[in-house]
This record gives sequence, structure tokens and C-alpha cells, in this order.
Amino acid sequence: MIKARVTVTLKTGVLDPQGKAIEHALTGLGFGGVGAVRQGKVFDIEIDGADKAQAEADLKAMCDKLLANTVIENYSVAIT
Amino acid sequence: MKSAVVLLPGLNRDRDMIAALTKISGAAPATVWQTDTEIPDVDLIAIPGGFSFGDYLRCGAIAARSPVMRAVAEKAAKGVMVVGVCNGFQILVEAGLLPGALMRNASLKFVCREVKLQVANANTAFTRGYRQHQVIRCPVAHHDGNYFADEETLARIEGEGQVVFRYAEGTNPNGSVNDIAGIVSAKGNVLGLMPHPENLIEAAHGGSDGRALFEGALGLAA
Repeated sequence: MIKARVTVTLKTGVLDPQGKAIEHALTGLGFGGVGAVRQGKVFDIEIDGADKAQAEADLKAMCDKLLANTVIENYSVAIT
Repeated sequence: MKSAVVLLPGLNRDRDMIAALTKISGAAPATVWQTDTEIPDVDLIAIPGGFSFGDYLRCGAIAARSPVMRAVAEKAAKGVMVVGVCNGFQILVEAGLLPGALMRNASLKFVCREVKLQVANANTAFTRGYRQHQVIRCPVAHHDGNYFADEETLARIEGEGQVVFRYAEGTNPNGSVNDIAGIVSAKGNVLGLMPHPENLIEAAHGGSDGRALFEGALGLAA
């Protein structure tokens, strides 16, 4: 079995009001020097089989078709 | 004039849409369920508002991949009129039937109030019952209505007259770029908008500013 982690993040230039609110909250908690916070999503996915190249190709297709909205989001796939 | 309403688990404005279409067209719309792969021959397909699939992953994301949406896409490609309201708009952008994306409101708050809409393009099948630049009243109720598109897409839809409704008089409730409240597809037969015109169609609603949109879509506009 292959274990993978897919990370989806907002593209540069796309406003992230949730990240902004978290940033303000961190500053409010006294954490100095917090420059910018961008919120994203992580998916841990298990895939049957041992073919990592095929799994990576499948995971990228999953991102393009569902896991990410490529209008506003980037994604990366890491097989562990 | 025949219409159909798409039903998905988690929608909650379906009965409002059915009531509005029944009153305006004079006949109850057909209903199609998420697993249906065929939609009857109708003049207008409406996707109501709500929280399909609990807004999991992204608003409209799961619904957009349901079997019934493949059928909606086939009908849209043949020129059938399609209108998506609120969650219906989110589903249409997630399905790729309309450009751009709808993000969390800039205020991070759910907004439920009345806004003013300016008709930015009265020369579409949906808006022909309004005057160009007419300002109408319309309620909104959403958490994720902040319209976004990249600069190239934005320039294209603005240039082609695909922006049909804008929030007017400082009532933009969600931070949408260019105050965009509703857009049509390049061919003009698919409309998505965040406000709820189906909730303002008769005196009992306190006004009927939304009625002309459905009359236009159903070919009943004067």
C-alpha cells in the first residue's frame, strides 16, 4: 500500500480572509513577527498497490478533478 | 413553458424555487435527483440554493461531480437555459459551466439581508425583462459568495458582457471582485447568481423584483 499526502494551498494573489483572521489572532496571542498566514488543506490518502509512479499520476488526476479548484488553488503530491 | 429543478442532498431552497417556477410558468417544474442521468425536455433547468453535501471540501464541489450535473452540462451544451442560485451558482462554477470561483465572504460572516442589484447587461435572455442599469432589490443569504476570477478571465467576462448583475449602492455583501453578483456563460444560456430572485416574486414577499428574471428565462418577458 502506498501512503500519500496531498497539500492544497491558495494561489499567490488570491485573497485569503481566513488566513488573515488567523494571522491577527496569532498576533493577538502575543506571537511577534507573524508576517503572513495562508490557510490550506491536507489530504492523507492510501492507495492499493506498489506502483508509485502510477499512484502519483492518479493523485494528480484526483487533484485536477476534485481535490483542488485550480482556478484558485495549487496542489502538491508527496508519496511517503 | 417547461422547467426542471435539480434536487441534491443538503439543498434547502428547492421548495422556494419550485413554488416560484410553478407560479410564474403556470405548471409545476419536473424534479430531477442527483443520481438521475437524464433530464426531461424543458426550457429552463434551475439549481436551487442550500448546502449540498454539507459544503464538504468546497461549496458545490461534490454536487458538481454528481451524475445529474453531467446531464445538466449536456443540456447546457445544447443551449437549454440553466440558472443556478446561491449554492446553485457555486455548483455551476465548480462544474466548469461558468468561469471563476466563489470564495469565503471577505467579512468571514454569513450574510442574510437584502441588497441592491444593478442590471449590468439587460441584453441576455435572463435579464431582458429589466432595463439596462436598472437597480432592483434582492435578498442574499450565503457564507461563500465572494466571486473571484484571474485578471485575464475577468477582463474577458467584463468585455463580453457576461457580468449581468452587480451589487449596487455600496451593498456588496461579500467582497466580490468588481461587485459581481451574477454572470452568464459565453453562449449566454447559463446564469449563476448569489442573490435569491425566487424569494421576491410576489406581493406577499414584499416585492416582485425577481420575477422578470424567470419570465425572461422562460420566454414570458414582454
